[in-house]
Amino acid sequence: MIVLEKRPQPSKAWSYATPLVAVVATMVFGGLLFAILGKNPVEAIGTIFWEPLFGEFSFYYRPQLLVKGAPLVLIAIGLSLGFRAGIWNIGAEGQYIMGAIFGAGVGLAFYPLDAWYIFPLMVLAGAFGGWIWAMIPAFLKVRFGTNEILVSLMLVYVAEQLLASVSLGLLKNPEGFGFPGSRNLQSYDAAHNAELIAGSGMHWGVVAAFVAVIFAYVLLNRHMLGFHIRLTGEAPRAAKFAGVNPPRLILFCLGVSGALAGLAGMFEVSGPSGVVSIDFNVGYGFTAIIVAFLGRLHPIGILLAGGLMALTYIGGEIAQSQLGLPAAAIQVFQGMLLFFLLAFDLLTNYRIRAARSEVA
Amino acid sequence: MNLGEINPILLIASLMVAATPLLLAAIGELVVEKAGVLNLGVEGMMIVGAISGFAVSVETGSPWLGFVAAAIGGALLSLLFVLLTQFALANQVASGLALTLFGLGLSALLGQSYVGIKPPSMGDIHIPVLSDLPVIGPILFQHDPILYVGIALTAGVWAMLKYTRAGLILRAVGENHDAAHALGYKVIRIRILAILFGGACAGLGGAYISLIRVPQWTEGMTAGVGWIALALVVFASWKPWRALLGAYLFGGITVLQLNLQAAGVAIPVEYLAMSPYIITILVLVILSADKSRAPASLGRIFHASH
Repeated sequence: MIVLEKRPQPSKAWSYATPLVAVVATMVFGGLLFAILGKNPVEAIGTIFWEPLFGEFSFYYRPQLLVKGAPLVLIAIGLSLGFRAGIWNIGAEGQYIMGAIFGAGVGLAFYPLDAWYIFPLMVLAGAFGGWIWAMIPAFLKVRFGTNEILVSLMLVYVAEQLLASVSLGLLKNPEGFGFPGSRNLQSYDAAHNAELIAGSGMHWGVVAAFVAVIFAYVLLNRHMLGFHIRLTGEAPRAAKFAGVNPPRLILFCLGVSGALAGLAGMFEVSGPSGVVSIDFNVGYGFTAIIVAFLGRLHPIGILLAGGLMALTYIGGEIAQSQLGLPAAAIQVFQGMLLFFLLAFDLLTNYRIRAARSEVA
Repeated sequence: MNLGEINPILLIASLMVAATPLLLAAIGELVVEKAGVLNLGVEGMMIVGAISGFAVSVETGSPWLGFVAAAIGGALLSLLFVLLTQFALANQVASGLALTLFGLGLSALLGQSYVGIKPPSMGDIHIPVLSDLPVIGPILFQHDPILYVGIALTAGVWAMLKYTRAGLILRAVGENHDAAHALGYKVIRIRILAILFGGACAGLGGAYISLIRVPQWTEGMTAGVGWIALALVVFASWKPWRALLGAYLFGGITVLQLNLQAAGVAIPVEYLAMSPYIITILVLVILSADKSRAPASLGRIFHASH
């Protein structure tokens, strides 16, 4: 008989090791899945993890890592603050959409003016769009005690409908021959989130992601507010005695995560995507939840996890075109990762012992 | 715009159809939460149920077998939740999210070759005399059998929780798992059964969407119904009959907005389509004042040291 014995303190070693163990387990079971689908598992896993980094066309794929990783890291950093304090914002997808709508809306309002201040204004508008969308569950939770999980999630569907509405109406390209979707911001220089160094994939969103990582690190390790966030998650009762103000914490955590998700959406719509369209959002807001957990809710961890998840996105696309691996298989693969991570986390908090048979 | 085209009898009849997936999923989740477990994976279990039910009924030609498969599919997925939360003692919120993300991916993978196919139809029941009654007949007695299964399930769960020993034990586990454990009840075992039941119900609800309500398979077709079902459990303050009422209310809103879309009301389609979600939020706000009815051990991890 096997019994679990709670560790007096979470194991440091295992907390670093579990993400790696989870990745390995996902590769094994993912490989099995690919084998069931009739693909060579070694080849498929190799294509996903090797090809984008060191393959023949890696000069093209490496910049893509930054492009795909930046929104994931940006959103996940925000989510991790709340998750640490037990505040569950799972509507980042909606906040991402709202950031894109607000940011693009401001940019398009100035069209075709060419001025230096347009892009900074768009950045502010994007952050504001995400922030205000996250303030809805935050305010309702603080004022009425409404469950933020359900409210933030419901707002994703509302945001998707708003996105459809503006791409068919308000923000539709007047010269688009009646097709849905806005003007392409990539061809409007003052509003274009262009690559800072051509061909590097480095755009302002990537810069913002790195800045967010540093800020989150400083906040959590050197700031009273960060201490309060950690305390609330780890010892809610102690947090009360330490004078934590829960409503303030809720407003802060949801607000920051909303603003960061909004920024991610804004940088995406003004850069890699270029247009506000019905299918603008591709699920970064949900994948970022996996990234946050895979990174152990730690800023540096999230940075690494974001990179890894971006790798599975790009590698997945390559595997799709080269091996005919279905897109959904990659989604399953990413979901598996979260499963194994949560399962192996047991080892961080508990010791597994073989029970001696005792006589009571 | 022509509101006269909306037929109130058809409206109420289709309201019941729209409400059934919600009801099935909500009743399952209600039992799970009564046992003190918060499974946020309803959406994932529904969509997996939707595709497994769809695939099996297309392959076998029998919608009944499809529904059986859907229940099994939902329960199998919930088994993953069992492993995570009851054995690996993982956080229930995170595990539920994992279940939903995984379920959405898995269903898309399984459903690739089923896009654009029509499933075999189940057909509506016909009771002599009753079904032919004017007004009442079409509203109450001319539906598919699963709709009545949903209502029967509500009654069954209500009676089980209120009058049986099993129901009492289930509630005890949900209210105070340490006390229940001290009394010698197998907390983990009871919770596992509840979670599997919840998974099977969610699976049925999903299959109801893909086999009867729509009936077709498209990726992500549950479109948040699982999440609304979670909200519904709160709305019902963990009472089965109120879940039924709530499901009909939400079903009514869904059907009404679809009818208004069809009738060409001056409100843009997108705003009508977002109304069920906004109303869910409003209802949650109104009801969130009363937290006293929630099972006391809801979402807490149980680990017996002895």
